[in-house]
Amino acid sequence: MAEPLPKGGGSGIERSMNSYSFTLADQPLLALASGALYWPAQETLCVSDLHLGKSERLARRGGTLLPPYDTRETLTRLDGVLVATGARHVVCLGDSFDDSAAGGGLEEGDRLRLSALMAGRSWTWIAGNHDPAPMALGGTHRAEVGTATLTFRHIAVPGETGEISGHFHPKATVAGRSRPCFLIDAARVILPAFGCYTGGLRSADPALAALMGPQALAVLTGQRALAIPMPR
Amino acid sequence: MVALPPALSRWFAAKGWSLHPHQLAMLERAGEPATLLIAPTGGGKTLAGFLPTLAELADGRHRGLHTLYISPLKALTADIHRNLRAPVDGAALPIRIGDRTGDTTYSQRRRQRADPPHILLTTPESLALLLSYEDAPRNFAGLQRVIIDEIHALAESKRGDQLVLCLSRLQALCPGMRRVGLSATVEDPPALARFLARNPDPCGILLADPGPEPDISMLQAQAPPPWAGGGGRHAIPAILAEVKRHRTTLIFHNTRAQAEIFFHALWMENEDALPIGIHHGSLAREQRERVEQAMAAGALRAVVCTGSLDLGIDWGDVDLVIQVGAPKNVKRLVQRIGRANHRYNAPSKALLVPANRFEVVECQAALEAVRDHDLDGEPRGPGPRDVLCQHILLAACAGPMDADALYAEVISAGPYAGLTRPDFDACLEFAATGGYALRAYDRWQRLMRRGGLWQLRDPRAAQVIRMNLGTIIDTETLKVRLKNRGGGTPLGEVEEYFASTLTPGDTFLIGGQVVRYDGLREMTVEVTRQPGRDPKIAVFGGTKFATSTLLTQRIMRMFQQPSWPDLPAHTAAWLALQRKASRLPEPDRLLVESFPGEGREHLCVYGFAGRNGQQTLGLLLTKRMEDEGLHPLGFVATDYATLIWGLDPVTDPAPLFDPSRLRDGLEGWLQGNAVMKRTFRNSAIIAGLIERTHQGRRKTGRQATFSSDVLYDTLLKYDPDHLMLQITRDEALRGLVDFGRIEDMFARVQGRIDLLRLPRLSPLAAPMLLEMGRVPVEGAGRDRLMAETANRLMREAGLG
Repeated sequence: MAEPLPKGGGSGIERSMNSYSFTLADQPLLALASGALYWPAQETLCVSDLHLGKSERLARRGGTLLPPYDTRETLTRLDGVLVATGARHVVCLGDSFDDSAAGGGLEEGDRLRLSALMAGRSWTWIAGNHDPAPMALGGTHRAEVGTATLTFRHIAVPGETGEISGHFHPKATVAGRSRPCFLIDAARVILPAFGCYTGGLRSADPALAALMGPQALAVLTGQRALAIPMPR
Repeated sequence: MVALPPALSRWFAAKGWSLHPHQLAMLERAGEPATLLIAPTGGGKTLAGFLPTLAELADGRHRGLHTLYISPLKALTADIHRNLRAPVDGAALPIRIGDRTGDTTYSQRRRQRADPPHILLTTPESLALLLSYEDAPRNFAGLQRVIIDEIHALAESKRGDQLVLCLSRLQALCPGMRRVGLSATVEDPPALARFLARNPDPCGILLADPGPEPDISMLQAQAPPPWAGGGGRHAIPAILAEVKRHRTTLIFHNTRAQAEIFFHALWMENEDALPIGIHHGSLAREQRERVEQAMAAGALRAVVCTGSLDLGIDWGDVDLVIQVGAPKNVKRLVQRIGRANHRYNAPSKALLVPANRFEVVECQAALEAVRDHDLDGEPRGPGPRDVLCQHILLAACAGPMDADALYAEVISAGPYAGLTRPDFDACLEFAATGGYALRAYDRWQRLMRRGGLWQLRDPRAAQVIRMNLGTIIDTETLKVRLKNRGGGTPLGEVEEYFASTLTPGDTFLIGGQVVRYDGLREMTVEVTRQPGRDPKIAVFGGTKFATSTLLTQRIMRMFQQPSWPDLPAHTAAWLALQRKASRLPEPDRLLVESFPGEGREHLCVYGFAGRNGQQTLGLLLTKRMEDEGLHPLGFVATDYATLIWGLDPVTDPAPLFDPSRLRDGLEGWLQGNAVMKRTFRNSAIIAGLIERTHQGRRKTGRQATFSSDVLYDTLLKYDPDHLMLQITRDEALRGLVDFGRIEDMFARVQGRIDLLRLPRLSPLAAPMLLEMGRVPVEGAGRDRLMAETANRLMREAGLG
């Protein structure tokens, strides 16, 4: 299943990366075991639902004081995927920040780290339901991004094709283990949440079952990218 | 010494009652700061505890709260309320009694606040809640005595630690408060007295006459019990015959699931339609109350039950206790037996029904231990710090507090007497800022220090803290309702995991009925009745009791006998077969069996090191197997053995059992293990790091909640010395992991390891296959299994 990557002019390291390859609207794409989606032809990396600043937001709202390392961990993972793929373009599919204030509330070290990741790359923030307003963080802010073949948005729109979205945090179970997963069919891909402190929604949930066609696959993330028929 | 009021003496005389010596002794000791009374069930223990209070209140001069009565069960407070009314009303004493539990209505609570009763009956959690309000000093003003009923049961868990911390608060509010503990028979009364009393106050111990010896034996059924599992179904005809012969019988099971299966099977054979009910903690309250009322009215001949009926609810006429499945602990058995015959000076009658042949051996050992008055029990550890963290947060809810004063209070609680100031300060720091190495929350601290006193930064946080109160951590459960127009009758609860395995049309047992799963609606499992179908079995949260060391040793000794004339013939033959097919474990050797079965390779190691020791052995051996590329998938531990399953057979024990290598890399392996993650979750909820999920508030969209495993992994990576990880390690080391026992075992065995390759499982290994509490191993074997399963699913769908 894990086929060698078509060369996309990147670093070439991706050849060894653990991924599931497929096509959407005739475009070869890779669902990486880390939970990111890579489009080699365009050297574009796509991640969804980073929820940066989540622990800070919960503390600010008078909730519990969770370990404040989630943003650091999420950025470390993102750094790892950017190095491995050599992506030149990044699209974040929304809910990148846990709320509109979280962008400004980032801890100094985390903010510098994010700036370092953005440096030298074109970076697009798509608005999500958690972070509808643009941040003062550089990059481009869009409601959605359409290309000739693929459309990037936060929440899937029924009936659309060639669509890449996030929002639902899908997860699925194999051999008794539940993992965040991609949902893939002929019309669309729904990405798993990439952020550290994120939960999931079972693929069998009516909201997801209604969006995905009967032949849909779930590609589980984790140690290896594992494809199974989408559990309903 | 307090004198018995004349009105009360007259009432007792009119009833023809005379007081027991220990009841009079309680009056003599009324002025002592702390007294522990140990008396058998039916010995008038509760009345003994209340007599000094009734005497002190008889003249009607006391204003406000006088005595606080605390019991582990809400049901018990209602029962005690009823029982206490009899002498109070009978002797026309001017005493008002109220109760305060989770079921008390808002208007009742308001009335209690405006005009407190003389005697308030409550639970440890309700007491903690009352103490978290700002008006606690006013509400408890004048309190003279606190009576803790069934203190032996409370002392077994963290509820007891929370309770004694609350007592230290109460004592600070009411310096003259006296403490009374009421306990069933225990193995170490002085330890329980230290738990009860204010440190370093002395605590008097009063031992009541234990009464006559119980009449206890093994039930002889016609059919022999099976090799494994069983649940006691083979003995149903014999059990029904005993129910018929007695007035009222309690039939105890060790787990809720077993109780359900047994109850269902019992009714299939109950040809005389004897009125028999079921009672356990997973049933809806309405269901339980119906059974309790029927029982109190004498309308039931038997109740199938679990530990939910262990404690002293007084149902009068019980004259037989049947224990199905091996009693895992002699003390608990003795306490259960006490339920039969609530009349003092009449022997209690009990029958043991072993569910399989191994349990026959266990029951025999337990019978001998009861006859020898040989009680067992593990010593209590020091007060856990997660409970202290919760206590600090609740103290802050009640108003600004001084750290020095709170520390002085805390170390006056027996379990926390040895707590150092730095350890206390670390808990306070955790409650205030999260206690992280990265100082991220300076702006959003939970507690702030203002004018030298600690207080909530945001007073609204008090509500969240109170919602999280308590130390009982339930597995997440979903309510089960019958599907119909009017919302449906509630039947009980099942574990969320079990619910997630159901597909519409599946059948399962709950409350003794077979029901069909129709669907999930707003986090409620909707079902319809489906009589006469074979059920898929409901998996309830069955508490797994550890067998005591004492019983384990007795069993090992029985194995060494050349023959077993004391055991039933079927079980003697079963042991002889084990000796022939494999071997019987010996004290100075280590028996290891290897066999295939159910598509997996199994390894069974008979270390007799106790459940925690065997669990540790499971962790150590799976680590070594992972290193050796043997793809272990999981293990389960009992008190006698560890059963490991995996993808490859073990042929050479030497590299696995090399004591010098066992601990290599163990730290990392242990940290990643499911046992540690489970421990972390429980402690993190108690300490207030994670909020409990509340039934009513949970929504169907679960994206918002994430697994506590993520928090554990993150802390381990970025803040490995954090307090919560220290607490998790402490808990694991005292509750789950026992290196000492394993090192003792290796010293005893001295390398004398017998690995036997068998064609199939041995008689002795059979019960292990149906044990609960399986621990998964997350390693290469799991990855391989997931990949194989994924490939198969794709092929089956024509996609591979």
